[in-house]
Amino acid sequence: MSEKSFYEFISNGVPGPEQKVNADNAIMPARKLAFSRFRELGLPTLKTEEWRYTNIQRYLKDAFTLAQEEEGTVTAAQISTAGIPHLDSYRIVLVNGRLQTDLSQIPANGKVTISKISDAAGNTQLQAWFDKHPHLQSQPFAALNAALFADGLFIEVSANASLDKPLHIIHTYTASANAFIQPRHLVLLHKSATLEIIESSLGLNDTAITFVNTVTEVVLEENAELWHYNLQSTIKNSRHLSHTSTTQKADSRYHHFNFTLPAAEMTRNNLSVALTGSNTETNLHGLYLATGQQHVDNHTFVDHLVANCNSNELYKGVLLDNANGVFTGKIHVHQDAQKTNAFQQNNNLLMSEKANINSQPQLEIYADDVKCSHGFTVGRFSDEALFYLRSRGIGEEAAKSLLVNAFAFDITDQVHIPALQDFLAEKIRQYVAGAINN
Amino acid sequence: MLTIKNLHAEVDGKQILKGINLEIKRGEMHAIMGPNGSGKSSLSSVLAGRENYTVTQGEVLFDGKDLLEMSPEDRAREGLFLAFQYPVEIPGVSNLHFLKTALNEIRTYHNLPALESKEFLKLTKEKQQLVDFNANLMNRSLNEGFSGGEKKRNEVFQLAMLDPKLAILDETDSGLDIDALRIVASGVNKLRSADKAFVVITHYQRLLEYIVPDFVHVLYNGQIVKTGTKELALELEEKGYDWLKEEVHQKESV
Ligand SMILES: Nc1ncnc2c1ncn2[C@@H]1O[C@H](COP(=O)(O)OP(=O)(O)OP(=O)(O)O)[C@@H](O)[C@H]1O
Ligand SMILES: [Mg+2]
Repeated sequence: MSEKSFYEFISNGVPGPEQKVNADNAIMPARKLAFSRFRELGLPTLKTEEWRYTNIQRYLKDAFTLAQEEEGTVTAAQISTAGIPHLDSYRIVLVNGRLQTDLSQIPANGKVTISKISDAAGNTQLQAWFDKHPHLQSQPFAALNAALFADGLFIEVSANASLDKPLHIIHTYTASANAFIQPRHLVLLHKSATLEIIESSLGLNDTAITFVNTVTEVVLEENAELWHYNLQSTIKNSRHLSHTSTTQKADSRYHHFNFTLPAAEMTRNNLSVALTGSNTETNLHGLYLATGQQHVDNHTFVDHLVANCNSNELYKGVLLDNANGVFTGKIHVHQDAQKTNAFQQNNNLLMSEKANINSQPQLEIYADDVKCSHGFTVGRFSDEALFYLRSRGIGEEAAKSLLVNAFAFDITDQVHIPALQDFLAEKIRQYVAGAINN
Repeated sequence: MLTIKNLHAEVDGKQILKGINLEIKRGEMHAIMGPNGSGKSSLSSVLAGRENYTVTQGEVLFDGKDLLEMSPEDRAREGLFLAFQYPVEIPGVSNLHFLKTALNEIRTYHNLPALESKEFLKLTKEKQQLVDFNANLMNRSLNEGFSGGEKKRNEVFQLAMLDPKLAILDETDSGLDIDALRIVASGVNKLRSADKAFVVITHYQRLLEYIVPDFVHVLYNGQIVKTGTKELALELEEKGYDWLKEEVHQKESV
């Protein structure tokens, strides 16, 4: 598909921006606006600053159709393969962005709403926040998503409420022909609410290409706290582009974890946090482990708009085989944002001569009374450490996975759900072993 | 148990080992001494399988098997252990988890089932007491931030845990305080048995008062230039290496 034909496909796609998905869809007018925004912004090229290291058009060349819901194509047995052993959670299952109530365990708690975003279209809270995040406005794929999203989740937690267990959201993607899938979610925590979310994905059909363009908006009202884990590990023939855009009001705490593991061909994450109230805490942890020909691009943006906020970011990457990594960490401290603490660190471990990383911090600091730092490292594997382990009888494969797990430890150690910690360690072990045996 | 014949090895194109011959039998305690840079650590590295050394001549048999053909991990699994002169720090890998992995990989190699957590902990406790190893260090990251002496004691603790047939201790005594030296030596003595052998590399006669060797070898310039009994160590302590170096040079010029 050329750039031109991608536009054609998009504008002729079903459902088109002028068509109504739901008769009572109160967010319909927004789709129209969003579509013109997308046309104005245009598709990024390698000349677009934010897309210099990710040739996104390359991944849009194939002929796609807009994914339709494939009812009943996903079974409980298939979903169970996406489980995290020993994790006690409420399981929420989506197929191509649509909530499957029959496969889900929606908590019966009057204070927590989990519904299809299309069903919640009349909700005034949703309308108030939908597509309002300041950083989304300049993002062409976010605009495209706003115009054409199929469906997604709306999660709302009432003031002071919480759940007894984490929500485990399993995003399932299935399509018999190349599909362009656009889920859209909004998570809203009212004052002093808390929630833990684990997102993971499951690709079911690798004979066709799936391109998933997700937008997730998160709103944390005063003193709310969200633990947000995102596990990206799926099948080869998939391409994932995501925007996670969070707004934090005063005293709120946001802990975001992004784990990008094999085997999606391309992953591009745009994570941005707008700090609109003071005394907030933001912890962004990322771990990307890429093998084969994988391309993993993480763009993060922490926007310190007001005074007295703390942000802490640590992204670590392990790149094997021919994998290619990109990290861009932007921190913007506005003039009024005095007493800001903003730290950022990106460490990489290259395990092959052909693996590559492009990393760039972007610090824009306009306030004078702030503490900010950033750092970037690239390391090769320590032969000494490897030899030490092997000399104790530990095979090369196990030794390497021990060392990779050790490298990732700063990140996995922050995960405060033991079952998830174990699951990640085991995944890392498997992928490192897989890469060595290739 | 171990037969080294005419072993030559080089590193970065530089010849370091120049024809080592050594025979180690079950139950024996060998000491290797020699000036700095003579090749003692190189010999242990070659035996353990460090990849940057290239063996250019000779052979090494370990219980009849060709040691040099084996990967480092297989050498360990066959029962060879090297206590490093400079143990590496590995942040993020817990000491205990590392030991458990090592122990179980060795067991798997011998078709034994993995140890249950309970058994493992029991063994850990037993060995920790045997070599008087600080229990607090067991849960820390492998050697990370350990003092020089603590690292050496961790090597001995690992030795006790993995229970090898042949243990090579490369200057395990340097960096130990006087009490630690005695404790480590008595730990090693407790591990001695008729079916095991030890090689201790040391610069100090003092260690050999606690661990009494059957043989003392002097390595100089990549060769074993003299072999004797524990009295040789005393003589070296007294006279230094110059007389030996001279002997070697005289022989060479003849
Ligand atoms: N990578 C290398 N490249 C060049 N020379 C090396 C290399 N590694 C070791 N050597 C040399 O090999 C020689 C033997 O070193 P080795 O460490 O085996 O000595 P040693 O007998 O253990 O000394 P010490 O008593 O100081 O521990 C030294 O001259 C050392 O500089
Ligand atoms: Mg040495």
